[in-house]
Formats: sequence, C-alpha cells, structure tokens
Amino acid sequence: MAHNRTLEKADARRNMLFVLPMTLFAVVLVALPLIYVLGTSLVESGQDFSLGATFTLNNYKSLLRADYLQVFFNSLKLAFFTTVLSFIIGYPFGYCMARASRGWKALLMMLVIIPFWTSALVRIYGWKILLQANGPINAVLRSLGLIEKNIKFLGSYGSVLLAMVYCMISFMILPCHSAVDKMDFTLVEAARDLGSKPWKAFIDVTLPLTMPGILAGCVLVFVPSVGIFYLADIMGGGLVLVGNLIRDQLLKVRDWNTGSAMSMVLILITAGIYLVYRKSGGDDLGVF
Amino acid sequence: MASRRRKKRKVFSPVYLTLVLIILYLPILMVVIYSFNSGRTIGAWQGFTTNWYTRLFNNALMADALKNSLILAGLSAGFAGVIGTLGAIGLAHGHIRGGNVIESLATLPMMIPELVLGMAYLAVFTAVGFKLGMTALVLTHTTFCVPYVFINVKSRLVGMDPAIEEAARDLGASPMRVLRDITLPLIMPAVVSGMMLAVAMSIDDVVISFFVTSAETTTLPLKVYTGLRSGGTPEINALSTLMLGAIFIVVGLSQLLRARSDKKLYASK
Amino acid sequence: MDEAMSEVLLSLKHISKNFGEGDVLSDVSLDVRKGEFVTLLGASGCGKTTTLRIVSGLETPDTGEVILNGKDMTDLPPESRPVNTVFQSYALFPHMNVEKNVAYGLKVRKMDKAAQAARVKEMLELVQMSEYAKRMPAQLSGGQRQRIAIARALAPQPQLLLLDEPLGALDLQLRRQMQVELKRLQQALGITFIYITHDQEEAINMSDRIAVMKDGKFEQLGTPEEIYDRPKTRYVAQFIGRSTILEGRVRCVSGSTAVIENENGLFTADSTEASLRAGETCEVCVRTERMRASKTPVEGFNIPATVREARYAGGSVLTYVNLKDGTEVVAEGVERMCDAAQPGDTVYMHWNPAQAAVIGGASHGA
Repeated sequence: MAHNRTLEKADARRNMLFVLPMTLFAVVLVALPLIYVLGTSLVESGQDFSLGATFTLNNYKSLLRADYLQVFFNSLKLAFFTTVLSFIIGYPFGYCMARASRGWKALLMMLVIIPFWTSALVRIYGWKILLQANGPINAVLRSLGLIEKNIKFLGSYGSVLLAMVYCMISFMILPCHSAVDKMDFTLVEAARDLGSKPWKAFIDVTLPLTMPGILAGCVLVFVPSVGIFYLADIMGGGLVLVGNLIRDQLLKVRDWNTGSAMSMVLILITAGIYLVYRKSGGDDLGVF
Repeated sequence: MASRRRKKRKVFSPVYLTLVLIILYLPILMVVIYSFNSGRTIGAWQGFTTNWYTRLFNNALMADALKNSLILAGLSAGFAGVIGTLGAIGLAHGHIRGGNVIESLATLPMMIPELVLGMAYLAVFTAVGFKLGMTALVLTHTTFCVPYVFINVKSRLVGMDPAIEEAARDLGASPMRVLRDITLPLIMPAVVSGMMLAVAMSIDDVVISFFVTSAETTTLPLKVYTGLRSGGTPEINALSTLMLGAIFIVVGLSQLLRARSDKKLYASK
Repeated sequence: MDEAMSEVLLSLKHISKNFGEGDVLSDVSLDVRKGEFVTLLGASGCGKTTTLRIVSGLETPDTGEVILNGKDMTDLPPESRPVNTVFQSYALFPHMNVEKNVAYGLKVRKMDKAAQAARVKEMLELVQMSEYAKRMPAQLSGGQRQRIAIARALAPQPQLLLLDEPLGALDLQLRRQMQVELKRLQQALGITFIYITHDQEEAINMSDRIAVMKDGKFEQLGTPEEIYDRPKTRYVAQFIGRSTILEGRVRCVSGSTAVIENENGLFTADSTEASLRAGETCEVCVRTERMRASKTPVEGFNIPATVREARYAGGSVLTYVNLKDGTEVVAEGVERMCDAAQPGDTVYMHWNPAQAAVIGGASHGA
C-alpha cells in the first residue's frame, strides 16, 4: 500500500535524530570538501578559496591545451575500450551464471564477489608478476616452443587494458547476471515456439530485456575507469591518464587551482554520464 | 539435432565459466606463490622459502602498519555501522524532508573518483588546519564506508513487510521496543555484512589514505603501494598475501552469514 | 432488533480520512456490539483496510472519534489499545519461533513467565498447533501461519479482534475450512470480531452484520439476510450474489402491490418498504435463483422472453433467455434437463414479488 502511514509520521522525530549523524558526515565530509574543490578551481592561481580570493575562469581555460586534451582523450578512450571488452567477456559470464543450477549459482556468485572486494592493487601486482619478462607466461610460451625471446608485455597498451578489464569486470558481471536472472525465460521459449532461431531469439528477446542490466554495467565500468590513476603507473609504459595528471598537478607542480579544475571536469564527466543514464531510464545503481 | 545443441550448450557454459574464473584467480594465486619465492626479486622462481614472512613479522615498521590498518578498519567499520544503520532506519520509509538529498550526498563517495575525494580532503584539512594522521584517516574512511552499510541495511528494510513492525506495536510494544525486538534483529545480518564490506574497503584503501595520512602513520596498502612503485619485492608479496587472506576471510564470512540468515528467515520449508 | 439490549463495544463516529489524493473514508459511523461478528465487505480500495487500521490505531482519522467501551481512543497509539489484529500477510516475526511469536504480546505486557507459558500453550491448543511450538515461521505452510497469527492476536485477550482478509492467501478448500473454524472460535470465545473480506460468500457465511463499503462510505449496513434480500442500492445488489436488475415506471399502486412496466413488459413489485408512487421510475432486483421462466404467463407478470440455451448446473438448470430488447437474463428453477425449455421457445419470466427488492424508488433518491 502506498498510503502515508500515520505511525511513521509519528516516528518522524525519532527518525530525524537517527539521520542526524549521517547528515553531519554527508555535509562536513562530502559536501564541504567538494565545494572547497569547486571554489579552489574558481579562484586565481596560487590563492586559497576564501572571501578575499579573486574569481576567475582561467584555471578552466588553461586546461584547453593540446597535451591536456590528449590526456583526457586517452582516459576516455581507455575507459571506452575497457567497457566494451568487459561487456564482451562479462555478459556471457553473467548469462551462464544466471542459467546455472541454484547451488552452483551461489558458489559462482561468491567466487565473483571475493576478488571484487580484494585490493585492486594486489591483483594488478599479480598480473605484473605473470607478465614480467622472466615471468610465468613467457616461461610457458618458451617451453612450448612458441617464442624464442621473452616478449615484453609490460608497458604495452594491451597490458594496461588487460589490467583495467580485469579490475572492472565484476562491475559488469553482477548487473548482467541479475538482469538475466530476473528475466522470464518462457519468453525466449515463446519466441522459439513462434519459429525464431536461437540466435535470433537472443537478439530479439533476451538482449532487449536484459538491456537495463547491460547499461548499468557499462556505467559502473566506465565511470571508475575514467578516474583510475595508479593502474597505468604500475603496469608501466608511461600512459598518462587524467588521474596521473591531477596527482602531478597536486604533488609535483603544486598547482592546486588547476588540479581542482581538472577534478571538477572529471566529476562533471562522471555526473554527465550518470545523468544521461538516469534520464534514459536507467535503474538506481547501488552496491550488490 | 536438438540433443547435439543441448550438449553444445552444456559444454560451453562450464568451460567458459571455468576459464574466466581461472583468469580471475590466477594473478591472485601468483602473488601468493611468489611470496614463497626464495629469489630476492620477484623475477624467476628460485625455490621455496617462508623467509619473507619471518622477516615481515620481525619488522617493527610492518607491525606498526598492520596495527594501524586493523585499528583503522575496525574503527571506521564500527562508526560506519552505527551511522549507516541509524541513517537507513531513519530514511527507509521516506518521511523526512530532504531525505533524498541526504541520501544522495551520503552515497556520493561511491560514485566520484577516489582521487578527487582524496585531494578534496587534503585541501580542506590543510585549509582548516586539521592534523593529518590517524584521526583524519578514521574520519575519511568512515565517510566512504557509510554507503556500504547504508545501502545494504536500507534495501533490507525496504524489502521488509511493514506489517511485521506494525504487528509488534499492535501487540503492545512501544516504538523503541519494536526497534529492539523486531527491527534490529531482522536487519542485523545486513548490518554485519555491510560492516564487513566496510572492513574490506578500509583495509584495501590506497588512494584516500595516501592523501590524508601523515609521515608517521602508515597502513598496509600504503606499504604495498610504495613497495610496488619501486618494483615489488617478495616481502611485498608476503604482505599482500596476508591482506588477501584477511579479505577472503572477511568477505567469505559475510557472504556465508547472509546466505544463512536468508535461508533461515525467508526460505519456505 | 436487539440493538438496545446488548452493549455497544466499539463505536466509530463520523470518521474521515484523506491521504492527500481524495477521501479514503468520508463520514463513516459504525457501532459494534459485544460479541458481534461484523464484516466490512467491499472491492479493493473501498476504504475497508483503512477503517480497520483506524480502529487498531495504526492510522489516525482526520476527523471523527473512535470510542471503545465508552472511552475515547482516537489519539491512543496502537500499543495502548486493547485491540489486536490478524494481518493479511500474517506478519509473523520471522526471527522468532511459533512459541515466541504467540508469547510476544504477553512479554511486552510483562506477564510472568509461567503465566505466559500457560497462555501460549492454551492458545496453541486452541488453534491445534501445539506440536509446532518450536518451528520457525518459514517452516510453516500458509494455513499454519494463519493459525499462529490468530493465536498470537488472541493471546493478550483483546476486547476486539480485527482480521484483515485473513484467508485471502489460502486456497479455496482451506479457506472454506478456516471459515468454519474461525466462526466456531469466535462463538466459543465470545470475542468481538471485525472482519475484512472482498469475498461476499465468506461475508454472508460468517457475519452477524455486514457493512458493504464503496468509495469510503457504507453503502449498506445490515444482517446477511438484509444485505442479500433487501439490497438498498444497485451496487450492493450487483456486488452480492447474482441477480437481474429491471428498471421500470410505476403504472399504478394498489395497497402494497405496485405494477411496473418497461419496454420488456409488465411486472409486480412489493411496495411496502419502498412506498412507490404511480409515475415514478424504480429498479427491482431479482436474485437469479428466484427468477423463474414458465411456458405460460403467471398472474401479475407479462415478460415474454426467448430461450437461448438451457444448461445443467448441478442440482438445477440455468435457463439463459433474451428479453424483448435483447437484455440477457438467467433464470433458475427447473431441476432436470428434460423439463427445461428448448432454445427458441418463448417463455414468461416471473418471481415472487416478496422475494425481490425494490432498490431505486424516487423517494430513495438512489
């Protein structure tokens, strides 16, 4: 029933009290710092955000440099490829998982979730070990006689992309899985019954019906991919991403105003994607 | 033909699932295996040793980092548990003016890049003269842990039949009594699993910790990060393995707990 | 009526409730006597659940008063009212076993442990669930949960038990069985019940009085017989039982008999209650099982009809006919197919005027 419940209204005072600490944290440790960054991005270079500071848009204008734009483009491109690959690998996984028997499903779920919660840093480190010049993969390839000299995987674009997909794929698998899991498979049977080939039934029925999950997965992969910063560092190869740029602005160049402006652009990209997603009817994204 | 098709699918699905899972776990396994490598660098395999663990345990700095990480994770998960649970109870039924705004703000840390959040904290803490270090770590970690508890608990509350709480009042329980006897026991599994995720998040965090910590306060992931940037050593492998072990236990326990309570309360028969 | 004799337990006075999208209840008044079984009957969204929630205290009315045993309870929270509810979803506490569920109302009232145990045992015996005391609600079937919900609500000895579609989730057979058991329980314990259902058969079988609700108002309040035999509005007539409603103009009235005519012919109605006057229009409701079709006209009636089909319905034959203007009417009465009219036959409709209800004279303004 969608009625107001009088009792709950009577409890409103208590609820207000309960929400107070969270509100305090949300205002002091989420809203204020972000407002401060916004403020810093809008004042003259070298000034702190305060009443006496001079307002300027120069920090944003200074971002319009070919090399900076290239960095933003690099980040978006990497995020795009990461999303596409995650979908290609993650959707079939989520699908197979949803179609597995109940007992298996629970086990698979657990197996997917555990790496999801383990340090990305440590997991990338694992790839670094695997891919290094005298590491296991080269050793295996050599012993199979496929190569003569060790291949230098590390530092290549492919190795960065691999690590990205590896870190993000759980975000794709989980929403795709729950979308397939929720789907009514008698609809596919109906399509088959009406003479549709399996592949055609998949395109006509399964794919559109699981689209909300796919979209959610894409947003969940794309958004953090744009902002990731230590991954390319560790895999090597000198690919400069927005994250590295911001970090360097803060810690090397010590230009907080430009760094803040970059951060705001990053937030705007994130918020923009999220808004477009919600406007086009996407579900609320929570943790799973 | 139909049977061949069925067979094809039966083979494809487990093969594919296994393959992806192997790729998912192989790097993790590598980190663990190489923590037992007797070579000084992570390079080629040179024989088995537990030397690195012994060295790790005898390293006072490591012990300190471990202690810091545990205190940090414990405190932030604890605070986030209380704050997130209270917030979820307060906001679950949407009668508070501005509840949506509070909810969006409180869960925002999940959506924005950690890097931005980290630099924002550093900027604000420096601006107001707040001392970096343990207190700053606990405050910021609590902030990004709250959403995990909040969302977990709130979805449990929203999924709960409102008649259950009403029935308790109907039978004579005061609102506080309902909270104690009915609401809290029913959401407890969600609170605990949310807090365990919070522990996992806090124990893993590099980026935000990197910005708000002081020179004298270090945590395990920060040790790993600095170690990795300089190329990685078997000692870092040993440390990572310990971290992995801790996370596996925490997440495994939380999943188990959730599955068990779901089974007990909601499965019919 | 014995209204004056037995004591009024609950009275709702001019209750209105608005959730912001129009009135859910408007000016509802009801007196419930001690030991009475009153049913609120209506389609979903008619305000019956809101009425019940106002009695239990889970909802407060915008205007009006809730008086129990002469005391105003309008602003008392639910925990302070000697009233308990059996919820539609049962609302058993999923983390407590059967025993603890039933004991909960006693525990919060700080009854001593031994007395609690005795009362729980008594309640479980009453609903024949003694051997399930240690089970968790998730391990029970729908019918068993239902019994526990009833035991839990009865344990604190409420003066009034509210039941919100308690049998709604059960299958038909179990539903019938529980109807009988509930009624027996109510009579044995002498507790006053306010019962909600959208099932008219259930309401008629169980209730002392029925309030038919529509759009937040009582359409009619009366005994099952009154509701069935003397529906006061077209809505009540159609909601309960199967019937045919015939509209017509009163041609003349002599004594208690009115002659009514319309385009299909002419029939007689009992005007005692409705006090019809010549020239006004009215509606007459005839229950299907009282509608007869005979091969020759009967005195006072002249409604010819064409038989479309006759169907055996177990124990009687239903004759489907079309009146002159095409209106479909069903008549019951013949017991064997061999006595039934053949398709195409002309028959004459009639009934006992005393068993038909005049629902819409101009004087009723309905």
